[in-house]
Amino acid sequence: MEILGLLLEGFAVALEPINLALIVAGCIAGLFIGAMPGLGSVNGVAILLPMTFLVPPTSAIIFLGSLYYGAMYGGAISSIMLGIPGASTAVATTFDGRPMALQGKADRALVAAATASFVGGTISVVLFTLFAPPLADFALAFGPPEEFALLLLAFATFIGLGGDDIPKTFFSIFIGLMFSAVGLDIVSGNPRLIFFDLPGFYHGINFLVLAIGIYGIGEILWTVETTRGEMVVSRAAVTIRGVVRALADLRHNIRSMLMGSFLGYFVGILPAAGATPGSLMAYGVARTMSKNPETYGKGNVDGVVAPESANNAASTGSMLPMLTLGIPGSPTTAILLGGMVIWGLEPGPLLFIEHKEFVWGLIASLYAANLFALLINIAFIPAFLMVLRMPFTILAPVIFILCVVGGYAPTQDMHDVWLMLIFGVMGYLLRKLDYPLAPAVLAIVLGPLAEASVRQSLIMAHGSFGIFFERPISAIIMAIAIGLFAWPLFIAIRRRLSPGNAD
Amino acid sequence: MKHLGKTLALAAGISLAAGAGTLAVSSDAAATWKPKKPVEFVIMAGKGGGADRLARFIQGIIKKNKLAALPLVPINKGGGSGAEALRYLKDKQGDPHVIMATLNSYYTTPLRNPGLGVDISKFTPIARLAEDTFQLWVHSDTKIMSVKDYVAAVKKAGPKNWKMGGTGKGQEDSLVTAMLEGAYGIKVTYVPFKGGGTVAKQLIGKHINSTVNNPSEQIGFWKAGKSRALATFTPDRLKAFPDVPTFAELGQNLAYFMQRSVVAPGGIPADAEAYYVDLFDKVYKSADWQNYLTSKGLLPGWLTGKSLQDYFVKEREAHRKLLMSMGEIK
Repeated sequence: MEILGLLLEGFAVALEPINLALIVAGCIAGLFIGAMPGLGSVNGVAILLPMTFLVPPTSAIIFLGSLYYGAMYGGAISSIMLGIPGASTAVATTFDGRPMALQGKADRALVAAATASFVGGTISVVLFTLFAPPLADFALAFGPPEEFALLLLAFATFIGLGGDDIPKTFFSIFIGLMFSAVGLDIVSGNPRLIFFDLPGFYHGINFLVLAIGIYGIGEILWTVETTRGEMVVSRAAVTIRGVVRALADLRHNIRSMLMGSFLGYFVGILPAAGATPGSLMAYGVARTMSKNPETYGKGNVDGVVAPESANNAASTGSMLPMLTLGIPGSPTTAILLGGMVIWGLEPGPLLFIEHKEFVWGLIASLYAANLFALLINIAFIPAFLMVLRMPFTILAPVIFILCVVGGYAPTQDMHDVWLMLIFGVMGYLLRKLDYPLAPAVLAIVLGPLAEASVRQSLIMAHGSFGIFFERPISAIIMAIAIGLFAWPLFIAIRRRLSPGNAD
Repeated sequence: MKHLGKTLALAAGISLAAGAGTLAVSSDAAATWKPKKPVEFVIMAGKGGGADRLARFIQGIIKKNKLAALPLVPINKGGGSGAEALRYLKDKQGDPHVIMATLNSYYTTPLRNPGLGVDISKFTPIARLAEDTFQLWVHSDTKIMSVKDYVAAVKKAGPKNWKMGGTGKGQEDSLVTAMLEGAYGIKVTYVPFKGGGTVAKQLIGKHINSTVNNPSEQIGFWKAGKSRALATFTPDRLKAFPDVPTFAELGQNLAYFMQRSVVAPGGIPADAEAYYVDLFDKVYKSADWQNYLTSKGLLPGWLTGKSLQDYFVKEREAHRKLLMSMGEIK
């Protein structure tokens, strides 16, 4: 009950008028920053961090925490409405959110995204409240072999993602892995795959460049071809009844929501992972668990719900190692950590003891931020839907400009903009040839993490793969991952061997 | 008439005074150059690492104490261990609206990549704000209480089983590890991680056996009793760690520092250089900075102008020798 008392004290801090105002301001700012392609929570927090010297540290972290949350909600908006991932964390949301919007179900997709974000956020804050110290210890138990096993599991869930065409899925994954290897080798520091000696390749290929190219530019090309000049992209209207019905329909998606929340939170806790891998993994797992995996990528609500609940849960999760270990679980928390140093707070195991008010004020504010972000988001849905009613001749150039801005913003290098345009054309062609693109995006996000952890493990074990099976946590996850890899191959082989089954 | 003359004289007097005033202001402006647009603050490392956090902390001090009228805008150019940033600074020759925060890859990256065409002695030195230090760390659950115990433990475990965590190969941690191996005749398996914070976490999670972290990266765990510092790679003991001996005391002359400095492109106007030196002098003297140095185990080390450039060149030669002895460069 000690926790309850601390939490109540925390609420007393979070509900002070100035803090409450900052929660609302943070949610709104985050919503728009998240919705702008190229601007994500990382940029938002980095830009607004210096402003927070005007208020006490607790209010500052409450503001930035709300902004982080708001951005998780906002990222889904442009993913669904425009088909451009609003933030790296919302890439997985485009897979099914965009098809839903094109089918005129944008309102349902937006409500599903907002609600899933709320559920993910709330479950993760409850977990945070109850189990912060033991979970921090659990995060420590993850060394390189365990990380690699988990990443392999993520890849395994994506094998089936491209439908039944497993060779094409593998091809897509390998393309992504190849692009993820561009840049500097983390172990030796030597440059790799620097095409044409262009200096822009030294910082590697930012996966947002690939994702915005494939989904933004590719989408424009695709729409131009398929609509042949038809003016309106989607005819979604919003009514109160529609929103209520959409909410009621979500009862079918509770399983994906819960899975996304727990998985996202867990992945968020692990240092170096964060919300982007978390949401992609949740998408893969939801599809693997589903009875109708073939409907994914074509507008399945579960495909929106799983990554959206996961990215919010992961954003809370990544605050845990930041506060308890002083190690950021995501790029955004890395910047928050820098802020804490300026505010004179020492993140680490002692923070929970020495600065109780700060920690519990933050936790309580996350409950409140979740609620406000949900309400604000739903209130803005009609405004977002207006965007879709714009004629395509206006919408297409707007999307194009947003793509260019989104490609330029992370590194401020024109090199990336050209690269994004090339990826756009490439993505369009691959799509015409029926190659699944989601596995490529997954591979470029998880590839560098997987590479680092497998090489670190093998250095530790002097080249012996036994290290992955000698350690209990890693062995269990490896076994599941290998089982998942083998399953679709097994099905495919059986199908091919049994005569008379033509499909 | 008399009246008019008086008015005229008065008017002339006013205009003269005004003229003198304008003159004074303009000459003043020439002496104290001020930025005309926000200044790019290039960081030689990715977002979230130690160098990035420190640079953003400096930006915070400037903002908090209102030391500059126009903001510094941090830009991460971490590609190629800072190769991207160094090349950028070279291409910005003569541009007074760009400055860069450095770490030791300022020497090692151009040495390892001669093709980059960067000669750091061509850049404009602004100020050295601190020297970060290194310590040898083990988990507090081990029975290793001293460097002597440590050497015995490493020898007993054998080079294959003793895992030293650190940042990328050829970077500071691996140089310090090589110095340690050479001095005590030991061999370890060096496992590279992405940043010092991750290295610290791996030690606490017992995935590696020891580290040579900066004090700031371990101090949180150390205060919580989870890690133990065995010795410091400095000539004198650190104020934050009065009980931790130095390698010099233990009879090994092992010292290594990571400089935290600010530089500008070559060929910038002298008054722009003076402006930045003055700005960072204020940062250096601020209570925030001084507190940070003491509490995080960094050494104060204000240097500027020619003496800073001489220091850079001297350190570059020292690193050349170090990298050659490790076989990293020819």
